[in-house]
Amino acid sequence: MTDTGSASPSFGIYCHIPFCTHRCDYCAFATWTDREHLIDDYMASCRRQARELAAELPAVTSVFFGGGTPNLVAPELLGEVLAELPLAGGAEITVECNPDLVTAEQMQSYEALGVNRISLGVQSMNSGVLDALGRRHDPEMVAASVDAVRRAGIGQLNLDLIYGSRAESVSDWEHTLARAIEFEPDHLSVYGLTPEAGTALGDDPSRHPDDDDMADKYLLTDELLGRAGYEAYEISNWARPGARCRHNRLYWRQGSYAGVGCAAHSHRDGRRYWSVRTPERFIAAISNGTSPVAGSEELGPDERRLEALQLALRTSDGVPAGALPHDVGHLLEPAGEGRLKLTARGRLLANEVAVRLGLPSAR
Amino acid sequence: MRPAMPHVPPAADIPNGGARTGSTSAASIRNFSIIAHIDHGKSTLSDRILELTGAVEERSMRAQYLDSMDLERERGITIKAQNVRVSWRGHTLHLIDTPGHVDFGYEVSRSLAACEGVVLLVDAAQGIEAQTLANCYLALESDLTIVPVLNKIDLPAADPDLYASEIERVLGIDASEVLAISAKTGEGVEALLDAITERIPPPSGDPDAPLQALIFDSHFDQYRGVVSSVRVMNGRLCAGDRLRFMHAGGQHLSEEVGLRLPAVTPTDELGPGEVGYLIAGIKDVAQARSGETVTSAAAPADVPLAGYDDPKPMVFCGLYPVDGDEYPDLRDALAKLRLNDASVTFEPETSGALGFGFRCGFLGLLHMEIVRERLEREFGLSLIATAPSVAYRVRTDDDQEVEIDNPSDLPPAGQIGEIAEPMLNVSVLTPSAYTGAVMDLCQSRRGSMTSMDYLSPERVELRYEVPLAEVVTDFFDQLKSRTQGYASLDYDHAGYRAERLVRVDILLNGESVDAFSAIRHRDGAYPYGKAITAKLAELIPRQLFDVPIQAAIGGRIIARETVKAKRKDVLSKCYGGDITRKRKLLERQKEGKKRMKAIGRVEVPNEAFVSALRLEQ
Ligand SMILES: Nc1nc2c(ncn2[C@@H]2O[C@H](COP(=O)(O)OP(=O)(O)O)[C@@H](O)[C@H]2O)c(=O)[nH]1
Ligand code: SF4
Ligand SMILES: [Mg+2]
Repeated sequence: MTDTGSASPSFGIYCHIPFCTHRCDYCAFATWTDREHLIDDYMASCRRQARELAAELPAVTSVFFGGGTPNLVAPELLGEVLAELPLAGGAEITVECNPDLVTAEQMQSYEALGVNRISLGVQSMNSGVLDALGRRHDPEMVAASVDAVRRAGIGQLNLDLIYGSRAESVSDWEHTLARAIEFEPDHLSVYGLTPEAGTALGDDPSRHPDDDDMADKYLLTDELLGRAGYEAYEISNWARPGARCRHNRLYWRQGSYAGVGCAAHSHRDGRRYWSVRTPERFIAAISNGTSPVAGSEELGPDERRLEALQLALRTSDGVPAGALPHDVGHLLEPAGEGRLKLTARGRLLANEVAVRLGLPSAR
Repeated sequence: MRPAMPHVPPAADIPNGGARTGSTSAASIRNFSIIAHIDHGKSTLSDRILELTGAVEERSMRAQYLDSMDLERERGITIKAQNVRVSWRGHTLHLIDTPGHVDFGYEVSRSLAACEGVVLLVDAAQGIEAQTLANCYLALESDLTIVPVLNKIDLPAADPDLYASEIERVLGIDASEVLAISAKTGEGVEALLDAITERIPPPSGDPDAPLQALIFDSHFDQYRGVVSSVRVMNGRLCAGDRLRFMHAGGQHLSEEVGLRLPAVTPTDELGPGEVGYLIAGIKDVAQARSGETVTSAAAPADVPLAGYDDPKPMVFCGLYPVDGDEYPDLRDALAKLRLNDASVTFEPETSGALGFGFRCGFLGLLHMEIVRERLEREFGLSLIATAPSVAYRVRTDDDQEVEIDNPSDLPPAGQIGEIAEPMLNVSVLTPSAYTGAVMDLCQSRRGSMTSMDYLSPERVELRYEVPLAEVVTDFFDQLKSRTQGYASLDYDHAGYRAERLVRVDILLNGESVDAFSAIRHRDGAYPYGKAITAKLAELIPRQLFDVPIQAAIGGRIIARETVKAKRKDVLSKCYGGDITRKRKLLERQKEGKKRMKAIGRVEVPNEAFVSALRLEQ
């Protein structure tokens, strides 16, 4: 499952599990806390959609069960979806898990189904910060979960972390990073806390993160993870050499992927489309035999070129040197082959740089 | 712009019946204006009069019939004068509206010149206000008859006796002559119409003398060209005659004369004392300005009527299109707007910061705001206005005098002998409880008191000499807020006075931004520099580098702020392959940049120009 560049044609499946036991304060995802009664119908619909898709799919090189909380549903239900897909040999199969629901048996079941990568929603190793994020687990559960993953013999582990809560000091964050590194994960996804409208956090400006604090924490992250042997290969993603997430890379490279379930995005043959947002509507569409697609867009060649640059700019692949004006030169460093990538400070300002893409290089 | 004049077939809408030939005998005519403070009920009373005289049938009555321009309705003020002719018990009344803001004082005086009397309309719960009083004095000076009226007597708070005695004290009119009405219920309005016919004298004038007709308002109609409101003083104004405009010097054919009943009704002539409209194929209101005297080309009068003035702009600012490509559109829009408002001046100027634009002159701040709003609204432009400035007179070392209305044109400090600034005589009427607050305000604006008079134990008139530059910022707003809205203001120009004035420059990232330069009194320069740099530091978003914001006099820095470099602007997560959302966010961010003006390397939001320059003091 190591990254082999773009040599073999890759194809990903994203399967969305829109159920949680509780909504975290910052969460604006398509997920529901009061619909567990829909799980069986929903998973059956996913399975049916996967079966219908399978006929015209190339070999699937990665599958990602995201959510929501995929480990809220019984592992067999995920397995039934997997069983429908034409998996390539050595395909990367990830399940996102919430530490408070992880058990040893669950991990053993995943292993038996062919799951070879677990992504754990750790967010913080400080219980005060977890409370402030509205998370329900505590740091001990993370340790137990990591243990369960390892014992089950699942090869690859990712930890999701979030920095920037107002309740989090820089030393709290440093502690979270240190503990995370101690777990020796293969991969870390580190996200800045983002206030989204309509969430408990978003609607309370006094809890909105401070940009300078976020910048300090991001630079600290890059330093500590770099020192521990992780490479920053995307703005929010670090991996040990050879452990980059194949599925995520599809996103940054305008690769092809198909969504399964509600609120899932697809990208095939230059067309982007997404399915209906709620599980009810998804179930109804599948059972009526109508299309679950809610919207789509097709980009013109120029837009597509620009999008490719915007995405590549997020990664350590970088962009051709001529694509950027000189006034952001201090945020860039060589990436080889006449390309430039963002420095750590540059990654923090990626939007500012991205909006300049495509401008003439001389100013 | 005004709606095009409705062209009504004559017979349909004329209460007096049928097309008219000949003029009306002057003895039966009464010409009057209503002088009132905003909200004292002028529009409501006008509506009542139109109704009672049957000029407008009730079913076609819309509230505030005479306030026609959108902006006027929204702001509840009359900018352009309107006039209407009605009949009352054997008399012909011409009701001539006057503009309701001190910026348009000259227009008021021209409207009054068309009248023999005025109705002084005062809210019986508020009393007389500064500008009303000033207009009354103007009327008295011109020997007009004043019919004083207290309105809103239906209100529980009305105190007609108190305010009648106030009128007696300040205007010397016997309190027993003061009428009491409710324009709302109609009570007393018939008696008022009778009083108008009894007290106001008929116009005099010689129908056989050479024509002298006064233009007291002109506006541009896209179908008919300039439509002027006229009052005939002597002679006859006839359709089809060749006319001479004595001040502008042009000759024009009288295409149509007529009456406003209020429906537009052509007639063959207007005789002495009559008020109506004139259309003479003119394309530009500057050729037919308020105060113009129209005479006959064949048998002209020897002299024009007295009182013509060319109102000078008092307040100046630069107007720039946000999008530089709209410069030609702005030029066309200004030219069109001037067809309807001859008091706006404009000439091209360039700003290092803002590019190509125009230096525009206005009668006052309200006038400036109105013009700007009309340019944006009626011509779809998006504009940046620089700080309002007044015109300074600068005497240079070599004893030349130059007039400067743009601070960045000020010669270097070393070459300046003396700078003089325009002064105002300001009159404030306020309940006496706020005397201290008004005095504080005037003093903080470098005012010096000239007089203080009690109108009654509760109300006082304060007179100050204040630099115009101090009034054109937020003086009026401050006056209102410090007196809870009770004080009223009037002003008059009072010449120039030499002062210790300096130019404060603002530097962004080390570069001076001409659009922010301002001329200030030396004592006010430091607080001003501090306030504007602080305000800009708030308004300018963080950039990719530190941006120093400095205020300087000459080369000397007097204040400094820094907008620290932005450190974070990144979309952290691309959830579940939703690339579309990410791209849209970036597109929005790019759009946002278009609403910024690049000054050197610094991106300044357009709002910064507006808000920073509207600095609270
Ligand atoms: N109670 C009462 N309100 C009045 C009377 N006359 C006018 N108003 C109200 O006073 C406000 C201002 O009147 P308006 O005619 O627009 O004043 P203008 O600004 O002088 O034209 C409006 O809300 C009117 O309805 C009156 O006689 N009695
Ligand atoms: S667990 Fe994840 S998907 Fe569920 S509410 Fe929390 S943040 Fe949202
Ligand atoms: Mg009105």
